[in-house]
Amino acid sequence: MSSLEVKLLSEHYDKPEFQGLEGYKKHGGYEVLVKALKMEPQKIIDEVKASGLRGRGGAGFPTGVKWGFLPNNDEPRYLLCNADEGEPGTFKDRVMMERAPHQLIEGMIISAFAVKSHKSYIYIRGEYDEPARILRKALDEAYEAGLLGKNILGSGFDHDMDLYRGAGAYICGEETGMISSLEGLKGQPKLKPPFPAIQGYLKKPTIVNNVETLAAVKYIIRDGADAYRKYGTEKSAGTKLFSISGNVVKPGTYEVPLGISLKDLIFDVCGGLKPGRKLKAVIPGGSSAPILTAEESLKVNMDYESLAQSGSMLGSGAVIVIDDSNDMVDLLDVTLHFYHHESCGQCTPCREGTGWISKITHSIKNGEGTTKDIDLIKNVAEHMMGKTICALSDAAAMPAISFVTKFRDEFEAYVNKGVERRGEDAHA
Amino acid sequence: MSKAFELSKEGAELVKKELTRYETKHSAIIPALYQVQKENGWVPPESIEYLAGLMGLPESHINEVFSFYTMFNKVPTGKLHVQVCTNISCSMNGGRELAKKLCERFNVKPGEVSKDGLVTISQVECLGSCDTAPMMQVNDRYIENLDFEKAVQALKEMGAQ
Ligand SMILES: Cc1cc2nc3c(=O)[nH]c(=O)nc-3n(C[C@H](O)[C@H](O)[C@H](O)COP(=O)(O)O)c2cc1C
Ligand code: SF4
Ligand code: FES
Repeated sequence: MSSLEVKLLSEHYDKPEFQGLEGYKKHGGYEVLVKALKMEPQKIIDEVKASGLRGRGGAGFPTGVKWGFLPNNDEPRYLLCNADEGEPGTFKDRVMMERAPHQLIEGMIISAFAVKSHKSYIYIRGEYDEPARILRKALDEAYEAGLLGKNILGSGFDHDMDLYRGAGAYICGEETGMISSLEGLKGQPKLKPPFPAIQGYLKKPTIVNNVETLAAVKYIIRDGADAYRKYGTEKSAGTKLFSISGNVVKPGTYEVPLGISLKDLIFDVCGGLKPGRKLKAVIPGGSSAPILTAEESLKVNMDYESLAQSGSMLGSGAVIVIDDSNDMVDLLDVTLHFYHHESCGQCTPCREGTGWISKITHSIKNGEGTTKDIDLIKNVAEHMMGKTICALSDAAAMPAISFVTKFRDEFEAYVNKGVERRGEDAHA
Repeated sequence: MSKAFELSKEGAELVKKELTRYETKHSAIIPALYQVQKENGWVPPESIEYLAGLMGLPESHINEVFSFYTMFNKVPTGKLHVQVCTNISCSMNGGRELAKKLCERFNVKPGEVSKDGLVTISQVECLGSCDTAPMMQVNDRYIENLDFEKAVQALKEMGAQ
């Protein structure tokens, strides 16, 4: 294990017993819940605010602030855990749910108590059959032990939690798409505002948080906001579980403090590249995050600010490491095919735009593109941004623009090869 | 005329229970479609009409939900539904070649059922197991860190010829 790793949430992930209630309890499981249930709910929200915890699902919105948006009344409200995990490159939620289902459940009960919610759902992607089975079992155990249901541990607080299984649609990871799906509709996103905290599931105030966000709440309440803040940077507090894949020697899920350098993450924590290979590029936050060149990658730190400054984003913390054996036109083609396939079709710029840029990229790869087509990808992508109901359109546009801008020579090489073959002028 | 479809008695009971499990009846549609697929291998058009009757929901609405989600098979699949991930990290590690070679090995085109009815191979998007690329999902099971030989071996163990 690299000395740069920090095992806060993942301390016991290597112990199989941590999956069951008994083993979980042996390692302090549900002790924080006991503590939380004796606190003022508002005090928990304040502590989460003070910790600086930001949403780990992609947008990085401050969790305590989001909770504070809930109306201050006794209206029923829901807590939804986003376990849809569909952003290509991301797999840390699956690891968390498989290794430590009770950690998520405990984090959720504490969070529900803080926001005064009596009903929560874990919305899990349909393909996650194994994690769903593990969670189902953990929920049964929790009910049996009086950790869920009426009058939890004699506190007077009631809370029911259920698991809902999606059925294969990336867009259901977007919070309003997820709400539609849970309501038994097509999983299409809805226009915001109103934000879910005001009007969400069944038009009731609803908090949507990622698996990792809700699990982290437990540790903030256990150790206090100040202790949590010891990890990370001023504006990007705490630890983060990164999903690292692609061309590294040791791909996997690693917990490190936010702010670690990407260079250390790749070359120290993940054992570097395969022998003889050179770093070409890194996608630092899931396939929708703008790509970084090798040079940019070696300068950036893995926190929200540093990545934003470099023109990319932390996203879901999915780091895809790309060595010099890869073809960037091909990788963009794969990426755009995905976003086009997953567009729900409600908004014209997204529906048409994803189709268009995906088709052009594909034709360039097939040696049928022109120089103008390279510019066209960029132009179309620019017009896809900031105009749609949800951010999927931007999620497709960002890789398109960054790949074409930063690796233009590779796109041109394809065009030129095609021109040579056809013996015609690319500018015609 | 489409032939009639019915769930098993237990299946129908299960769907009825789902109807009251959530805040709205509509939320039972996805679980009901899963039940149809579990019993039948895929979701035939006539099952939608059947569910509408069983659940007391409009057929058009069930159809809308059914068509939106990719995990509901719109056509029959082989006994082993082999879904090879060809998204970015798997493609970088040979996912597409694997899918292609498996199609050749079992003599099927993507999405087709093999003549013996045992195998369907499709290419799917990221399955959330990118650190074990390339990988595939066979029915409900993830099979990871693959190469061609290992994939064929696993499929044979599951009954493929
Ligand atoms: C197209 C799209 C897909 C998304 N997919 C996920 C996802 O799979 N998991 C997730 O937690 N958040 C996802 N999000 C972000 C959610 O909309 C939402 O911001 C998040 O669940 C809030 O939780 P957090 O504040 O704890 O991050 C997605 C957003 C978009 C636009
Ligand atoms: S941006 Fe795309 S995915 Fe999002 S709502 Fe519009 S069409 Fe659907
Ligand atoms: S890219 Fe294949 S599992 Fe994620």
